[in-house]
Amino acid sequence: MFKKILIANRGEIACRIIKTCKRMGIATVAVYSDADAGGLHVQMADEAVNIGASPPGESYLRIDRIAEAIKATGAQAVHPGFGFLSENSKFVAAVEAAGAVFIGPPVAAVAAMGDKIESKKLAEKAGVSIIPGFMGEIADPDEAVRIAQGIGYPVMVKAAAGGGGKGMRVVRSDAECREGFRAAKAEAKSSFGDDRVFLEKFIENPRHIEIQVLADGHGTILYLGERECSIQRRHQKVVEEAPSPLLDAATRKAMGAQAVALARAVDYHSAGTVEFVSDQKKNFYFLEMNTRLQVEHPVTEFVTGLDIVEQMIRVAHGEKLAFGQDDIRLDGWAMEARVYAEDPERGFLPSIGRLAHYDVPEEGAHLRIDSGVAEGSEVSMFYDPMIAKLVVHGKDRPAAIAAMRRALDRFHVRGVRHNIDFLNAIMREPRFAEGALTTAFVEETWPDGFHGAAFDGVVRRALMGVALHVHLCVIARDRTISGTLDGPAGIARNWVLRMDNMLVRASASLVEGGMDADVEGSPLAVRAPWRPGKRIWEGTVDGEDTVVQVERLGTRWRLAHGGVTTELSVLTERAEAMLERMPPKQAQDSSGMLLSPMPGMIVDVLVAAGDSVEPGQALVIVDAMKMENVLRAERAGVVARAAVAKGDSVSVDQVLLEFEA
Amino acid sequence: MKDVIGELEERRAQASMGGGEKRIAAQHAKGKLTARERLDLLLDAGSFEEWDMFVEHRCNDFGMADQKVPGDGVVTGWGTVNGRLVFVFSQDFTVFGGSLSEPHAEKICKIMERAMQVGAPVIGINDSGGARIQEGVASLAGYAEVFQRNVLASGVVPQISMVMGPCAGGAVYSPAMTDFIFMVKDSSYMFVTGPDVVKTVTHEVVTHEQLGGAITHTTRSGVADLAFENDVEAIAELRRFIDFLPASNREKAPVLATQDPADRMEPSLDNLIPDNPNKPYDIKELIEKVVDEGHFFELQPAYAGNIVIGFARMEGHTVGIVANQPMVLAGCLDIDASKKAARFVRFCDCFNIPIVTFVDVPGFLPGTTQEYGGIIKHGAKLLFAYAEATVPKVTVITRKAYGGAYDVMSSKHIRGDVNYAWPTAEIAVMGPKGAVEIIFRGDLDDPAKIEARTQEYKTRFANPFVAAQRGFVDEVIRPHNTRKRVCGALRMLRGKELQNPWKKHDNIPL
Repeated sequence: MFKKILIANRGEIACRIIKTCKRMGIATVAVYSDADAGGLHVQMADEAVNIGASPPGESYLRIDRIAEAIKATGAQAVHPGFGFLSENSKFVAAVEAAGAVFIGPPVAAVAAMGDKIESKKLAEKAGVSIIPGFMGEIADPDEAVRIAQGIGYPVMVKAAAGGGGKGMRVVRSDAECREGFRAAKAEAKSSFGDDRVFLEKFIENPRHIEIQVLADGHGTILYLGERECSIQRRHQKVVEEAPSPLLDAATRKAMGAQAVALARAVDYHSAGTVEFVSDQKKNFYFLEMNTRLQVEHPVTEFVTGLDIVEQMIRVAHGEKLAFGQDDIRLDGWAMEARVYAEDPERGFLPSIGRLAHYDVPEEGAHLRIDSGVAEGSEVSMFYDPMIAKLVVHGKDRPAAIAAMRRALDRFHVRGVRHNIDFLNAIMREPRFAEGALTTAFVEETWPDGFHGAAFDGVVRRALMGVALHVHLCVIARDRTISGTLDGPAGIARNWVLRMDNMLVRASASLVEGGMDADVEGSPLAVRAPWRPGKRIWEGTVDGEDTVVQVERLGTRWRLAHGGVTTELSVLTERAEAMLERMPPKQAQDSSGMLLSPMPGMIVDVLVAAGDSVEPGQALVIVDAMKMENVLRAERAGVVARAAVAKGDSVSVDQVLLEFEA
Repeated sequence: MKDVIGELEERRAQASMGGGEKRIAAQHAKGKLTARERLDLLLDAGSFEEWDMFVEHRCNDFGMADQKVPGDGVVTGWGTVNGRLVFVFSQDFTVFGGSLSEPHAEKICKIMERAMQVGAPVIGINDSGGARIQEGVASLAGYAEVFQRNVLASGVVPQISMVMGPCAGGAVYSPAMTDFIFMVKDSSYMFVTGPDVVKTVTHEVVTHEQLGGAITHTTRSGVADLAFENDVEAIAELRRFIDFLPASNREKAPVLATQDPADRMEPSLDNLIPDNPNKPYDIKELIEKVVDEGHFFELQPAYAGNIVIGFARMEGHTVGIVANQPMVLAGCLDIDASKKAARFVRFCDCFNIPIVTFVDVPGFLPGTTQEYGGIIKHGAKLLFAYAEATVPKVTVITRKAYGGAYDVMSSKHIRGDVNYAWPTAEIAVMGPKGAVEIIFRGDLDDPAKIEARTQEYKTRFANPFVAAQRGFVDEVIRPHNTRKRVCGALRMLRGKELQNPWKKHDNIPL
């Protein structure tokens, strides 16, 4: 076996690969950029080599620097992880030139699958089903109809030079096809100056299903079942699972056979993934093949019990796979949720900063966290903002979902914005539970953007019960203060909970190990060994195991559970009666202002006081995460004041411009 | 007997209605609770004993003889907050607009004197239109009597002002001389002269809220310590605040049991300090990870953010926290920060509250604004306050401790009891770059030489060991152990006794 492996990557995947190497008794070399000098992968590896400045182009993408590191450390093999140089055939050559083994497929396979058109042709030749379509030039509507009939409706008419939805039409009949052909052609001409259009089968409610393949260099090519990755936001996967709730054994076998055939066609070895798009009737079509480890490989590892990284290393070392296709069993259900530093309520914009709090569930046989961070780590602007992959395993899909919900409830991140509530909300969607997935699931479920999960009865009772419990615990403790006139006072029984514009009356008293309450006329029993200062409340509500995140905000509480993060007050009846006497304050009118949607720096202010602006007019450019964001006018108005100037640093919701009323 | 009891009940009922239903409704419509409702929320249920409920004014001018309301516009007495004694007065805006008459002032003075005698805080709820004009100089005399007692009580018992309505003209000087001022947004304001006079004299057009509202005084002037959304929230927070304070200068602060372990480790503090010395970090993360239960009661959060002050507990005992904030003005000391922290340090010293100081200070803020504004005198206030303080003082230097600002921030030289430094501490006259540019002025044209000299200076001084070798730092500690170390130091210091030389009083550079 190899004595030393260099990992040409960073973050969680570097850490994950190092773990397997350690288990196999292989020494590891980390490479790192300046920004990652204190990174977890650097701490975990036996050796570490700085390969340059923070931007990936000056470090993780520098083939020459990594080659030097290979030579300097004497690493015998290189694992590229995913992203960066993992599918770069020049890198494969450079690794080999440096005298090391590339832990991945042969360079020819990388090159062949790296070309979208080439790979499709290869796939077709290998008998893999590809999306039916006609790539040639189409003379007139009659020909279009003829071709469309051949493909079978619905059919997509697409501009050859198209993009951004322009010049695209979905047609479902001959008449629509005729009309769509004309319209798409016209639109293509005016938009792109190129009126060529082509036809392709339109997949309704598509699902993303991929097959994991594993091949050794001795002719054995296996498929390790599928993963479904239909839950995506901004065309990036966020939740993946294995197996797919759509597939049956026959389809799985058919897909697996095609994936193996394609791998064989390119003389593949190592791990790879063949991605398919499938319609709801299990008709599947080839998309592309990824010649590397996938982000979501842990779900396959959970259901197969294999360590794919270990197999990649063994195969790279020339070993034969020690098992055959019949040995591959899919056990139970695995699910992965990608925890990102991003803001789901602002279009999933990335968030950066220090992880002031990072307190995650304990790993075990059925719960795994692949992460490259620890409390105090910095989420930098230079790299992918994924914080961790949370992976659970259950006996079936409902068990996996339940385990995931509990793990997400327990996943405490502060310091950056994160998508934990969003992930939890997905888990709670009835449609998700049914397995009725499509790649448009997120847009369809939250057409106006995500703004927190729905408050259902169970979540509500958990939040109320825990708020009452922690409040009473604090009050009971506070009663023990020294210097009282005549000993500790009693604790009120009756309380009013204020949350999310709701008022709930409750009576409650602390009992051994918890609290017994009466909320909205029904008894509520809460048990937990919580003490003031703990941010994780773990116990039972109504006998159900429950985890709630608790932060004290002066006399109020911020709780997070089940995808809901909310602030609550627990008031005495007296205080509530007084609060009722206060007329509600008018919320500050921010419609006359332009607020910064993110923290960043002002690149330019394009308007000045007195300027009239039209809807859509560019007003201010904010630089955030190295990206320039142009903020535009929502409606016509007159600028009253520019509150910021070029070069200013701004925070979220800071006023940038004020408009005249 | 029966008749008298009947009359008592009747008189009590009448007094408790203040200015009557209509005025109470008007008070509520303005988003304000009444004087009695506020006390009802503030004090433990059933604990309030009202005094002087039947006091009436003695003015017969301008038809006042016919207008008498028992209590005369202020509710006074004593009660408990979380079981502990406090004295209170609450001005009743529904009675003569809460205006201050001679008897009104006498009632306030009475509870203040009693509070000083028995040793308990005075909480004043201000909601008053000002002087009782009909009384003329008698009303002014009343103010002065209150002022005098504010001064005498200062440093004897904690005095807290809740400004929950108007407080204008001379009336502002009573709260101004108390220890803390809390305000309510949109319904309270404080100013010496109101918008009308301002317009006449300076032609400035300004609203009440802009001139002296809660936001103004907690962000621009620094007059008030905290601003709250409404009366209910303000009073709830006030109750939490009182739990931190000792009853008087004769006592130590109360103790609140905690299960938060004193030896709790915080590994993430080991990388709180960024590698780049010019990169800021949030000092509040350190404070929250060090104090009991992460519970920090910050004061003046929106004013002079370059210094952070507030109360917390360590092993259940109240401590005052002072910390430079690198996120704002790089943590420099300026006029506002010096004044803000100096007054806080003096409060802690008055009332036997140990002070924990976290230091990351690159120096005093340079510039004409600061010099013309008198940074020399104002900066001296903080130095003076730390130097005269005899309470336990524990200091942790996290990063920069440069120049005179190092001396100021509770250094060993001004009687810091236990001074810790993190390994990242740099205790020096100034940053390496500035120092080299002065010492090696002749090499300024040669960047290579300057770079080499800077490196040399960094190695020599940008560490805690030079100071530790001289005993200016007692111990270099690992950041993750900060809580354990500070708890230990405070435990060791619990019996500390230290007296300044006898004097009538000192002469702090005001």
